[in-house]
Amino acid sequence: MSFVLIIGAKSDMAKETARVYAKNGYNLYLGARNAKELENFKTDIEVRTSVHVELLEFDITAYDTHQKIYDGLKEKPLGVIVVSGYMVEQKLAQKDWDESLQTINVNYTGAVSILNIVANDFEKERRGFIVGVSSVAGDRGRKANYIYGSAKAAFSAYLGGLRNRLYESGVSVLTVKPGFVDTKMTQGLDLPEKLTAQPEDVALDIFNAQQKGRNILYTKSIWLLVMLIIKHIPEFIFKKLSI
Amino acid sequence: MNLVSWGMYPIVKNHQTTLRDEEELKEYMQNTSEFIPFGNGRSYGDSALNDEILYTKKYNNFISFDEDKGLLTCRAGVLLSEILDSFVPRGWFLKVTPGTKLITIGGAIASDIHGKNHHIEGCFSECIKEFKIMQADGEIKTVKKATNLFYATCGGMGLTGVILEATISLKKINSQFINQTTIKTKNLQETFDAFEEHKDLPYSVAWIDCLAKDENIGKCLLMVGDFADDGDLDYKSKSKLNIPFNLPSFALNNLSVKAFNWLYYAKAPDGVSTQKVGIDTFFYPLDSIKNWNRIYGKNGFTQYQFILPKETSYEGLYEILTKISDSGKGSFLAVLKLYGKSNKNYLSFPIEGYSLALDFKIEDGLFELLDELDKVVVKHNGRIYLTKDVRVSKETFEAGYPMIEKFREFRKKNNMSEKFNSLQSKRLNI
Repeated sequence: MSFVLIIGAKSDMAKETARVYAKNGYNLYLGARNAKELENFKTDIEVRTSVHVELLEFDITAYDTHQKIYDGLKEKPLGVIVVSGYMVEQKLAQKDWDESLQTINVNYTGAVSILNIVANDFEKERRGFIVGVSSVAGDRGRKANYIYGSAKAAFSAYLGGLRNRLYESGVSVLTVKPGFVDTKMTQGLDLPEKLTAQPEDVALDIFNAQQKGRNILYTKSIWLLVMLIIKHIPEFIFKKLSI
Repeated sequence: MNLVSWGMYPIVKNHQTTLRDEEELKEYMQNTSEFIPFGNGRSYGDSALNDEILYTKKYNNFISFDEDKGLLTCRAGVLLSEILDSFVPRGWFLKVTPGTKLITIGGAIASDIHGKNHHIEGCFSECIKEFKIMQADGEIKTVKKATNLFYATCGGMGLTGVILEATISLKKINSQFINQTTIKTKNLQETFDAFEEHKDLPYSVAWIDCLAKDENIGKCLLMVGDFADDGDLDYKSKSKLNIPFNLPSFALNNLSVKAFNWLYYAKAPDGVSTQKVGIDTFFYPLDSIKNWNRIYGKNGFTQYQFILPKETSYEGLYEILTKISDSGKGSFLAVLKLYGKSNKNYLSFPIEGYSLALDFKIEDGLFELLDELDKVVVKHNGRIYLTKDVRVSKETFEAGYPMIEKFREFRKKNNMSEKFNSLQSKRLNI
């Protein structure tokens, strides 16, 4: 069975996604920094299923390593899922350039670096799927979260362009826009229950949307409506709001 | 954050911490004066609720599986449903499973759950080879059978520490189907006779019509069965219906329960019939309706489950069924079950005899009725199941569990009494 490459595999959302793909028979490359910390998780998947799991040392901001790592895969993946994300408090990112840069690099620059390589390969082979986990935060800049949000906005735009380019080659590109998700990244935040998804539900949504060849996925789906409203508030009003 | 258990009563405003790794837990243990572990929230009452809870469901890695011995080791947050998804297709099933697969391994141990085969296989603790638990001082112990910590923890309602991992033995199966026989009875005596007649079959459970009156009291559908042997293991768990919001509480009135009971009872042919049904249909009929607890409305519900020793079962059940029938308070589900011998665990629920479980929506006058039923239970030397309970009195509880003093002493001696507490343990001074 085919391999799926998951980048940023240490996050809760990535792990649940890995479990869903494994359950459906896909072998896995799990890419992350200090990948050996994923040994227990590799065992978890191997006990649950009979798929093959390989850990890859992968730093999304070490751009010059990406080509070599991708070329080194003994079997090219059928699909690539980029889940990497980096979010600090907005106030910290505003003050600290290094934090701003890290936010941009993990959420956008690094993703572009690896997906350029993947896209060239998939286009040539005329097969494959790409999933990018962006965020509803990229749909409109808000004072509470615009550095992270703008990096995700760039990533969403990139994925849109990629989808357009790869359409003719039969390669599907899915943009995932999660709202609040109950993960380690959001631990301690008081999230509204009705708007907050569990990572295992997001993972299932991603799998189903990807298998159906969909383009953009809001998860939970209520976020499609929420963002539709937020996007349509006129700027002269929006600039006065605190949401 | 507001938190409820399955009965949606009470609603507790509390703080939650997610269990992720041992080091973090050690620190949490030192810095937290009192808490209770919370798995998937399927116990009905207040046994996993407190101001501070440790949320364990995300601690859910599988660790190893020994194919030769059928031994699975996994972390305590793993759901039984996850085990089934992975292992039924490979020909393995749980030795003991309750009526829902949506509980964690940690919860299964803490409640020492039982299933339709208690009269043959006993409680969940029977299939545990060993487990790991973190104690109040942060030390992790590996606990084997026939030790005090084992007897205290299995059925100990999470009051002895945080269960981290367990090794359990699975049972070999050769089909995803159960050959089921359904027996329709006309009264309580016929029901008891049917149970006794089929007690050699591994699985049995009866669905009682609680609103039947007079000579029909105790009429039931008894379902018994065993795994088929057709080699078909192509198991996929059933997709779910959802109840997306709380139904208005009048949705479940006496009349609708009567109609439901009548339909359920009436659809079964008279006498004895046989069916071939899937694992989910046979073991977990209600799991296929997500959030089925919402049918009782926003005030929530409770499940009243008691067990009586065999020698007083008939008399006691007859008395209680009569009282319920007279009260007119509808119970959607009334499940009667035959139990085998009790084990040595301090607080495990089962004793040899019969247990009845009934759902009641929370409404005025309910707790008074349940207090009345308690008196009958105590009179007949029975006990109440803590995992379902939200309201029993300390006196009734103590009368049913003669080992409680031993458990209390054990908790005190090992510095557990202060650290691990639920609203229930405080209410009953467990």
